Amino acid sequence: MSKKKFAIVVFPGSNCDHDVYYAVKYVMGHDAHFVWHKDTSLKGSDAVVLPGGFSYGDYLRSGSIAKFSPIMRSVSEFASAGRPVIGVCNGFQILLEAGLLPGGMRRNQHLKFICEYVTVRVEATDTPFTCNANVGQTLRLPIAHGDGNYYADRETVDELEHNRQIIFRYTTSAGELNDAANVNGSTAAIAGICNKKRNVIGLMPHPERACEMVLGSEDGRIILDSVVTSLES
Amino acid sequence: MKAKVFVNLKPSILDPQGNAVAEALNTLGYKAVQDVRQGKYFELDIEGETAEQVRITAVEVADKLLANPVIETYRVEVE
Repeated sequence: MSKKKFAIVVFPGSNCDHDVYYAVKYVMGHDAHFVWHKDTSLKGSDAVVLPGGFSYGDYLRSGSIAKFSPIMRSVSEFASAGRPVIGVCNGFQILLEAGLLPGGMRRNQHLKFICEYVTVRVEATDTPFTCNANVGQTLRLPIAHGDGNYYADRETVDELEHNRQIIFRYTTSAGELNDAANVNGSTAAIAGICNKKRNVIGLMPHPERACEMVLGSEDGRIILDSVVTSLES
Repeated sequence: MKAKVFVNLKPSILDPQGNAVAEALNTLGYKAVQDVRQGKYFELDIEGETAEQVRITAVEVADKLLANPVIETYRVEVE
């Protein structure tokens, strides 16, 4: 069981990069290193994380400018090679803008920036991000976003459902879907999706902020530990 | 030459910001305002010999960056 190497991409304005580093290195005991957005090498990395924050100040649209950073070509190649890529919050927005995941993000339905713990339900466990979880399992994770209202048209949602690409949905703590639990108004209460090949995931909640009980929840570890488990097999 | 690009959410997409503006106008007494959609407006100064050349560049730029084709549409005006 060797240490896995997580590459954490840093864009100007990323601010959750250090939380991912801390979770991977100090809580999980694996290796983490930062990759500046202008670099192009992901050599030696086992997994890539696009962290949360406000890359380019969310100018124009969240993630709209970050998608043109030199590192994104390497991230795209890494993804094409079937290797694990996780986009958290702004990272999810960047993956959407870059076309690595389908759909788009809108302003939260009630226009407020929401910073609170939510419950998400695991919809599929045959991904490198949820293989350590059970279908239907609920995870308590924090969200902090103003533009997390996921949108996809009818056709795309049908495809996502058909291919089981919806990985997390916002639910009540009992795992039920209802309007109140879908705090930002996302289409089909989608909190996270994967690509068709199931190696790229984007999710709005922050697993790296839920790796130690002292912070309120350890449920984020399930997601990050799943990556390690899948890399080991 | 100046190109104007108007970017809007696709009609099928809920616009909570536009709704907030409409509600504010109603509160101000403008009950006749039934709906508001909020979009973005860009003025681009583009070098080009003809209006057609400038339009082509504006369309490319709109496709690539100014508008997100998943949720937005746009139109271009060149003066």
